[in-house]
Amino acid sequence: MSGLPEGIERREFDGRQRLSTRGGPVYGEPTDGEWRLWDAGRSKLGAMLESGMKVDLSGVDSVLYLGAASGTTVSHVADFAGPTYAIEFAPRPVRDLLGVAENRPNLFPLLKDARKPETYAHIVESDVDLLVQDVATRGQAAVAVDNARFLADDGLLCLAVKARSEDVTADPETVFERVHEELGTAYQTVDSQRLEPFHDDHLGIVARKR
Amino acid sequence: MGMTEQATDRGWFADLAPGSVDDAHEALGSGSAAEPADWPQRAVDAGFAEGEADYYDLLHEATMAATRATVVDRERADDKQLLHAVRAMDDADRTANELAERVGEWAGTLFDDVGTGVDAARELADREAATPLEARVVSLAGRVDDLAGEADDLRAFIERQAPEVAPNLSEMAGPVLAARLIALVGGLEQLAKKPSGTVQVLGAEDALFAHLAGRASSPKHGIIYTHEYVSGTRPEDRGSAARAFAGKLSIAARVDHYSGERRPEIHADLDDRMSTIRARAETDDTSDTGEGSQ
Repeated sequence: MSGLPEGIERREFDGRQRLSTRGGPVYGEPTDGEWRLWDAGRSKLGAMLESGMKVDLSGVDSVLYLGAASGTTVSHVADFAGPTYAIEFAPRPVRDLLGVAENRPNLFPLLKDARKPETYAHIVESDVDLLVQDVATRGQAAVAVDNARFLADDGLLCLAVKARSEDVTADPETVFERVHEELGTAYQTVDSQRLEPFHDDHLGIVARKR
Repeated sequence: MGMTEQATDRGWFADLAPGSVDDAHEALGSGSAAEPADWPQRAVDAGFAEGEADYYDLLHEATMAATRATVVDRERADDKQLLHAVRAMDDADRTANELAERVGEWAGTLFDDVGTGVDAARELADREAATPLEARVVSLAGRVDDLAGEADDLRAFIERQAPEVAPNLSEMAGPVLAARLIALVGGLEQLAKKPSGTVQVLGAEDALFAHLAGRASSPKHGIIYTHEYVSGTRPEDRGSAARAFAGKLSIAARVDHYSGERRPEIHADLDDRMSTIRARAETDDTSDTGEGSQ
């Protein structure tokens, strides 16, 4: 089972035990006191935790999040982690991300291209504990490898691979195999699993930096 | 290599006054480094921040302000690019047509099997010229081919780009009509601020001014006529269709400008409204049949 750090709890929502974090609501999610539901259907990292993948977040302080989009998942990450750097390339969702970051002083929103780490290496600190990646672009493995420079030795990678972003026509399994191979140059895989039923044609990969 | 790294590996705060993020926009936006470093510690060592907590406060303030400003710049830039692209597409189309007319007229005197129009000119462009004179005509046809090809490429670009700039408007109107509406008023923000009555007649300014001068009835629709929702509705219901369509387009433009999120419900609302309007035609048909059978 996943090691849940302080700050993430399974609590009862709608009669079921579900993930939650403590922080201001962001997208109209149900709350229980100061805890708010972390909906695995709207978050790949949430799905990785919910489906029991070996995601050991205990001891995670600093985080680099690639592909923060409008901030749904990264808001939960910032609830339990320390300094959290959120990279997103598209201006539109970043407007929402700014709203999410407004009252989260440990969340730093950056409009940058995850394929060009040198454009934010003067801002993001070295030796972060966790790298989360959910970018819908070609070359997702290359992005993870290229951004390994920010991770501490033995730091954790949580990667959501979208098969359709690599090759719409290829069989997802073939795509995932290629990703695994390329990741191997910088990471040691700990666990990998399809994210159905939460997210179709997505693979979740948990890995440690070599 | 070592030298360059030394030169570029400076934190975003390197040129800022201690404790101040006033000029951080430029430093965050255009700075770079080959490798990350322990920036919080370095900032404290350099006297920029008083401690780690102070550093993170400054970083939060700086990233919020700089990212907000960059978003505004980028979005402003994107809708203006769309405007240029759609105008360029129209120019390329119009010029290709004009030139194709000239080619058709000229080619008709030399060959007896050429048609008229852009497609005919594009076919002619592939021909082997037998004489220097034919070479001129075939070469001119080649310019038509190039222009028409450019127009196609611009259209493909608009179809990709418009949904990025205005997702709801593009879904509702189609990417090209969305781009045209944006271009007609000069930008997405301008479109978002127009009342829906204006959106309804955009592109029909001549008819509108004729009406205001008392010379004609008021136009029912402008460029939105090109959409199937208007052109595909029977003439007596077109005014209602255009009004309903323009109303939802205005809402879509506002959502795109002010929030940017896709809103499925406005699309469903419009579909409902259009079904109601089109059902009138069916009801009338049925009642006609009813009378006939009596």
